[in-house]
Amino acid sequence: MRRIISVLLENEPGALSRVVGLFSQRNYNIETLTVAPTEDESLSRLTVTTSGSDKVIEQITKQLNKLIEVVKLVDLTEGAHIERELMLVKVKATGSQRAEITRTVDIFRGQVVDVNSSVYTVQVTGNSDKLDAFIRSVSEGSVLEVVRSGVSGIARGEKVLSL
Amino acid sequence: MELLSGADMITRFLKDEGVENIYGYPGGAALHIYDALFRQDHVKHILVRHEQAAVHMADGYARATGKAGVVLVTSGPGATNTITGIATAFTDSIPMVVLCGQVPSVLIGEDAFQETDMMGVSRPVVKHNMAIRHPSEIPDVLKKAFYIAQSGRPGPVVVDIPKDMTAPNERFEYVYPKKVKLRSYAPPVRGHSGQIRKAVDMLMSAKRPIIYAGGGVIIGGASKLLTELVDRLNYPVTQTLMGLGCYPGTAKRSVGMLGMHGTYEANEAMHHSDLVLAVGARFDDRVTNATDKFCPGARIIHIDIDPANISKTVGVDVPIVGPVDSVLTDMLALVEESEIEIDQAALDAWWKKIEGWRTVHGGRYEPSTQDSIKPQHVIETLHKVTKGDAFVTSDVGQHQMYAAQYYKFDKPNRWINSGGLGTMGFGLPAAMGIKLNFPEAEVVCVTGEGSIQMNIQELSTCNQYNLPLKVLLLNNEALGMVKQWQDMNYESRHSYSYMDSLPDFTKLVESYGHVGMTVNKLDELESTLEKAFAMKDRLVFINVYVDPKEHVYPMQIARGSMNDMWLSKTERT
Repeated sequence: MRRIISVLLENEPGALSRVVGLFSQRNYNIETLTVAPTEDESLSRLTVTTSGSDKVIEQITKQLNKLIEVVKLVDLTEGAHIERELMLVKVKATGSQRAEITRTVDIFRGQVVDVNSSVYTVQVTGNSDKLDAFIRSVSEGSVLEVVRSGVSGIARGEKVLSL
Repeated sequence: MELLSGADMITRFLKDEGVENIYGYPGGAALHIYDALFRQDHVKHILVRHEQAAVHMADGYARATGKAGVVLVTSGPGATNTITGIATAFTDSIPMVVLCGQVPSVLIGEDAFQETDMMGVSRPVVKHNMAIRHPSEIPDVLKKAFYIAQSGRPGPVVVDIPKDMTAPNERFEYVYPKKVKLRSYAPPVRGHSGQIRKAVDMLMSAKRPIIYAGGGVIIGGASKLLTELVDRLNYPVTQTLMGLGCYPGTAKRSVGMLGMHGTYEANEAMHHSDLVLAVGARFDDRVTNATDKFCPGARIIHIDIDPANISKTVGVDVPIVGPVDSVLTDMLALVEESEIEIDQAALDAWWKKIEGWRTVHGGRYEPSTQDSIKPQHVIETLHKVTKGDAFVTSDVGQHQMYAAQYYKFDKPNRWINSGGLGTMGFGLPAAMGIKLNFPEAEVVCVTGEGSIQMNIQELSTCNQYNLPLKVLLLNNEALGMVKQWQDMNYESRHSYSYMDSLPDFTKLVESYGHVGMTVNKLDELESTLEKAFAMKDRLVFINVYVDPKEHVYPMQIARGSMNDMWLSKTERT
C-alpha cells in the first residue's frame, strides 16, 4: 500500500543522506522525496512516499525513528490529510494546439507560466493522480519535458507535526 | 577558563571521560592528535599493526566491561581499515567511539592525499557519526559520541576530525561537558507497566515455558536479574550465541545454546513450548530457522530496548520496549505479588520431557583416539585446565561453535565472539584488548588456522605491550565450516576450502618473541595445555592438530523448524 511518511529532521549536513541510505540499505522503496527547511531553520521537513506491506511500513517508521537526527515522524496516510505535488510541463503549442492546451490547463486548474511561439510551459498542482491525468490528457507526442516536485503532505485539522 | 588546542582537547576530554587505553595507528591527518598524546601521560595509546585490530581490541574491552572502547586512526586507508571492526561492533551492539583523522577542511572534496568520505563510508555500519566543523565543538561532540555509543541499544560512533580542527596554535575554551543535550534522541528508560503486568500473568500461567536470553541481557547488565527470575520460576532457559554466560551454563536450568548449532534439548524445548519469554534477543535467522515454522504453539513475550527489533522477523504477542534490567526488576516484583499459582504438575511434566531430550544427543561426539584428537575434546580440556573461568575469545567457524557448545560459561562477559557479523580475525585482537585491561585474568583466543592468519600480525603488538594471553589453534588444515557445508550441501566438492602452505606456527610465533607448542597426540593434550597456562608471563600459542573430518552437530536443517536437526553425519530428527 502507498504511504506518505512525513519526517521532522535536524537541518544538518548528512542528515538527508542517512534517510536515503536507510531506504537503500534495507531494500525499502522510495517513490518520491521532498525536503526543505521549515519555519524553524534548525529543522527540515521531509516527505517520502513509499509502498510496502504493513510489516515493512512498520519497520520503515521504526528504523527512521532510530536515526539520531530524526526528531519526529508521522505516517500521514493513517489519518485524514492533504497531499500536493507541483508539476511543470513543457508542451508543444502551435496552431490549433494552443487553444486546446489552454482548455485542458483550465480544466485542471493549472496555469500557463511561460509562452513562446511554439511552446507553453504549464504549472499544475494537486495530488499525484491528477498530475498523471493531466499528462494523459495532453495529446501524445506534445509533451517535451516534465518536472515534478514529489509529494508534500500535511494532516487535516488540528494535528501538527512539530517539536 | 582553560584554553586548549583541538588536539589537546581530545586527549584532555578522554582523560576527563575516564578513558585509560585507546587503540590506534598514526598517520598524517592524525599527527596533531598524536603529538598531544605524546605530551600527556593519562591516556595510554596501544599501537597495533593494522587498524582493524585496533577496533577489535577496543571491542574486546567493551564486551568485557560494558564501557565504550576508543580507537584513533588517520584518514583514508587508516579510516577504511576500521570498517570491518566497526561493522562487527555494530551488528553485536557494542559501545565504541572511533576517532578518525580527516584531511584539512579546505581540501575535503578535492580528492586530496589520503582523503576518503569516512562519514559516507561508515554510515551504514554505525549507530551515528559526526564531523567536527569547529575546534570549539570538540568537547560537546565527543560527549555526545560517548553518550550515544553507550546508551539505549549501544553501538559504534565515528567522529571525523579534519586536521585543521586540531591545529596546535589555535586555542579555544575547554570545559568538560557533564551533560548532553539531544532533542532527537531519547532511549527508553522503563518498560510499559501494563505490558509487563500482562507478560507476568502469561508467564505465571504457562505450562511449557522457556526463557530465550540473548546478548542484550549481558550488554544491559541484567544477568543477575535474569538468573534470579529463572531460578525463582524454575523455568528452563536457553541462551543465544551472544547470550552465553548470562545464566550459568553448568546450572541445571540451562538447556544450553539454541539455534543452528544449539543443543537438541534447547531446540526441542523451544519448538514445543507454549510460552517464549525473549529477553534481549532479536530472533536472528541463525536462531529461528524458518520463521513460519518457528515455535508453532507458543505465545511470545519480547523484551528489547530497540523497538525496531519487535516483530521484525517473528511476530510477537506482548512486546515490552525498555532496558532489560529495569523491565526484569519490574517483572520480579510482579512475580512476587502475583496471585496466579504456577501449575507445578505441568511444569514437572515439562521438565521431565526436557530431561528426556537431554539424553538424546547430550553433546556427544566420537571419542578421540591417540592419533585423532576431536576438537570438542580440546575445548573440554581447555575448560578443565582453566577451571571454566577464563575469558574466551574466538574467531569464526567450527572452532567458534565448539567453544560455544563445550566451554560452559558460568559468568557473563566471558565469552567474546563476533556473533552477528561473523568476522574472522576478531579473536586475537579482542583477546589483547581484554588481557591489557584484565592483566591478572586468564585470556584465551580459540581460533582456526584460517581465522588466525587474518590478524596474525598482532602477535607483534602482543610482544610490544607484553600481553601474555594464550592462543589455542584447532588446526584441521581447512576452512572447517565451509568444508562442512560443502560436505553436506555440495557433495563434498571442497572448493577453495583447503589450507595449503600453512606456516610453521611454532617458528612463526617464536619469531614474534612468543612460545609455540604443538600437539599431535592425545596423550600430550592436557599436559601441554597445563604447561602453557602455567606460563603466566608468556604468550603461548598452542597448535593442536584435530580431526579434519569432524562436523559441528547438532545442526538445524535449512528452512525447517527449530527442531529439524542433523544430530550426526547419519542421524537426523
